[in-house]
Amino acid sequence: MHAVGTMIFLIILLLAIFGPLIMPYGASQQIAADARQAPSLTHWFGVDRLGRDVFSRVVAGAADIFALAGTGTLIAVAAGTSLGLLSGYRGGWFDEVLMRFFDSLLALPALLLALLLLGSLGPSRQSVLLVIIVVYIPIVARVVRSIVLSVKTRAYVEAARVQGESSARILFREILPAVLPTLAVEAALRFSYAIFLASSLGFLGVGVQPPSPDWGLMVNEARDGVSQTPWALYFPAGAISLLVISVNLLADGLKQAFQADGEV
Amino acid sequence: MDTSLLHIHGLNVAYRVEGGEIDVLRDISLSVQPGETLGLVGESGSGKSTLALTVMRQLASNGVVHGDHIQFRGQDLLGLSEDGMRNVWGRELAFVPQNPATALNPSMRVGEQLAEALQLYGASREQARARAVGLLEQVRLAEAQRVARAYPHQLSGGMQQRVMIALALSGQPRLLVLDEPTTALDVTTEAAILDLLRETVLQRDSSVLYVTHNLGVVATLSDRVAVLYAGELAEDAPTGELFRQPLHPYTRSLLDSVPRLGQRKDQKPLQGIPGQVPRLQDFHNACVFAPRCPLAIERCWTERPTLDAPTPQRQVRCHRWPEIAEGQISARQEETKPILRAHQAAWPVLNVEKLKVEYPLPRSVGQVLAGKPARAVHAVRGVDLSLGSGQTLGVVGESGSGKSSLARSLIALVERTAGRVELLGVQLPAKLAARSRETLSQLQMVFQNPEEALNPYMTVGESLTRPLIRLHGQSTVQARQQVPKLLQAVRLPEDYARRFPSQLSGGEKQRVAIARAFASQPEMLLADEPVSALDVSVQANILNLLANLQVERQTAMLLISHDIAVVGYLADQIAVMYLGELMQTSPAEAIFDAPYHPYTEALLASVPPPDPFVEQKKVRLEGELPSAIDLPSGCPFHTRCPRFLGDICVQQTPPWRETKDGKRIFCHIPIEELVQIQGPVLRFDGRGKQ
Repeated sequence: MHAVGTMIFLIILLLAIFGPLIMPYGASQQIAADARQAPSLTHWFGVDRLGRDVFSRVVAGAADIFALAGTGTLIAVAAGTSLGLLSGYRGGWFDEVLMRFFDSLLALPALLLALLLLGSLGPSRQSVLLVIIVVYIPIVARVVRSIVLSVKTRAYVEAARVQGESSARILFREILPAVLPTLAVEAALRFSYAIFLASSLGFLGVGVQPPSPDWGLMVNEARDGVSQTPWALYFPAGAISLLVISVNLLADGLKQAFQADGEV
Repeated sequence: MDTSLLHIHGLNVAYRVEGGEIDVLRDISLSVQPGETLGLVGESGSGKSTLALTVMRQLASNGVVHGDHIQFRGQDLLGLSEDGMRNVWGRELAFVPQNPATALNPSMRVGEQLAEALQLYGASREQARARAVGLLEQVRLAEAQRVARAYPHQLSGGMQQRVMIALALSGQPRLLVLDEPTTALDVTTEAAILDLLRETVLQRDSSVLYVTHNLGVVATLSDRVAVLYAGELAEDAPTGELFRQPLHPYTRSLLDSVPRLGQRKDQKPLQGIPGQVPRLQDFHNACVFAPRCPLAIERCWTERPTLDAPTPQRQVRCHRWPEIAEGQISARQEETKPILRAHQAAWPVLNVEKLKVEYPLPRSVGQVLAGKPARAVHAVRGVDLSLGSGQTLGVVGESGSGKSSLARSLIALVERTAGRVELLGVQLPAKLAARSRETLSQLQMVFQNPEEALNPYMTVGESLTRPLIRLHGQSTVQARQQVPKLLQAVRLPEDYARRFPSQLSGGEKQRVAIARAFASQPEMLLADEPVSALDVSVQANILNLLANLQVERQTAMLLISHDIAVVGYLADQIAVMYLGELMQTSPAEAIFDAPYHPYTEALLASVPPPDPFVEQKKVRLEGELPSAIDLPSGCPFHTRCPRFLGDICVQQTPPWRETKDGKRIFCHIPIEELVQIQGPVLRFDGRGKQ
């Protein structure tokens, strides 16, 4: 199963990278004559009400979602890891204040927090990016911190301390390697949730704005005409599920691989 | 065919793993007679626990048994179904595991767990409840009624293990299998449990299979001893004969690698066994002990020895036992030269005055507002110590004595609350960050658990260069050039520099950790339980290595251990700690002679001697260790002291009394009186067990 997941993930990733080369039409190109056409050899996924080729839009959406969710996850993981390392290693009031702040963020459901933020920032790509970062930093930081707490009392970390190693070296050279396996799994999971979150916001109309080929947005736009152009809804919806499932399988595979090494 | 209660013949056990099977036990033949206690001894990897579990039919699901049979009262246990075993478990065969905390149900009262078992054996509900309390009294739990109503987490480890024994006895089994039941306990608690076992076994006339790594425990408890090595039975003999004249070189080496009470490095050095336990399946046509055997000859490498019976009572698997029996050869190496003691201390290294370590307990907001005073765990309470160059100070104490907090506060891994610490005349700051590089390089530490001592993501070589780079300001290139020398000093080959810790055995990891601690050429080394996680044969090598390095370099050492024999072997001075305070300090050679502090006396009388011919005085501690938050008044030991005088011990802090041979004892009883009431703890009686 993990191999299947990884394969699907890689295919979607390749589509995202080389999408423009294989897209038969532009993402926003309207061909009025073909509007509402069912899937055919010329339009693999059919055409939507406005005459846009659904296949082209789904492929363009892949690049979009990777850029958005990927960047968000990357920043959230990097920042969350740094904060988690520092908080767990330093302890004391710094740890106390930061963790209580994160607790208060985590107390709100992710979607509610996202809507709150978007309400004040206004809907845009940048806002969605910020939402992903803010929502996932506390989660990543907590996971990292919990590992740091157990690793920092190990004898090799204490030995490094009594050898006068700098805090930076202890954090990044002694403690971080022990965190990495779990972090890799966590990052993959965060990525899948970020895709989910970005698509949900697009669907609700408070995220990425038209005419972007955002999958969530596409599902929303096709909702009204679902009886006439069901393909315009099912293909982007299927793409979301497929990508989320494949990333989850990949995370699961990572976890098992590390467990076999005895590292998680 | 014979009168044995349990008869194992030709037993093979393997574990299925990815890509095949790993042999764990090969060709084991053993029997236990009715009423007999058989001690099963072996180091880690010997397969002793697997054997116990196989007898219990509780092998892990990937275990595969290829055996002739395990005959128990004429019945083949291997042929029984799970349902068939239900009639055997508890009533015929009962098991006591190593860790009672995970074996007892945490959400059920102790009395109910016992009653549940008793009801299974046919008692009515009311009978079962009454008998449960009776059983708890039988395992000598004070206030059995109260214990019956307690949940397991409310009991100490020793009390939990007594409950497990009560549970095992509840079905009145004919054979009791115990797997390291006292390994997780302190010695004074262990001694009381061993007393209990000895007395219940004698009373009930049932048989016992006692699995342990501790030679002292088998010497005091068992009638017969079976020695396992790498999954094979090396030797099996009546206890007295085995200790008097072991026929297998492994048994001999094992006996010589355990420090005895009073054994010292400069008189009779320990003999470790070189190398490590090999994999059983690599030895189809050779003796599995050959790679480590001092007596191995050509034949040992080409032909697997058979299990011979030198007498009807003994079994041994060695080609050369006839020569060993006649005394022509021996695995004992008499010619090893004693380890030198350091010269008289040339200069003072460490001076500690009134050291205190407290861990504050968190207060809730409500408690702060209500003005409740802040409370703390008092780990170290006013300890004075001093140590000269090249000298070893051993600190011995049980868990909760504060010995680790003492060491950790000296090196500033925890911050001391009060007191002065001077190293080479310079006062050391309490915080690690405030200490200079020079101070850091002068004071280094070896940690307890070798598995965690080295960063698993760094090569051995890199780990060793760090102290040189950080503390001596060397460049990476310079530091790398030193690595072979450092490895050589701890007797490891140079190519180990490129290995990762996962490619090293436990003993090798500890050697690297020692090399790292010595790399900055410290004036003083702290060793916190450096060998307690290692097997005895490896332990001896590490102790000797530490002693030799220390003498070569004139390094002072503070050795922390729970094992008074280890401390007595290595140290020049010994300090005994209890509840955060020193009870006694003494020159090491005098510690085994009266007078002692009553706590020291109890400690010495609790260590089971690995020698059945030694008679040991019986001094046992009552009750549990008091809380380190609300400490006893007067003498901290008064709540458990076997020589308790009365009000004076409760109300007044005892004085420090000095003897002529340099001991200092923290007790209200005058020295002369102590000498009169205390005899030697150990006496050689020459008779031993039959």
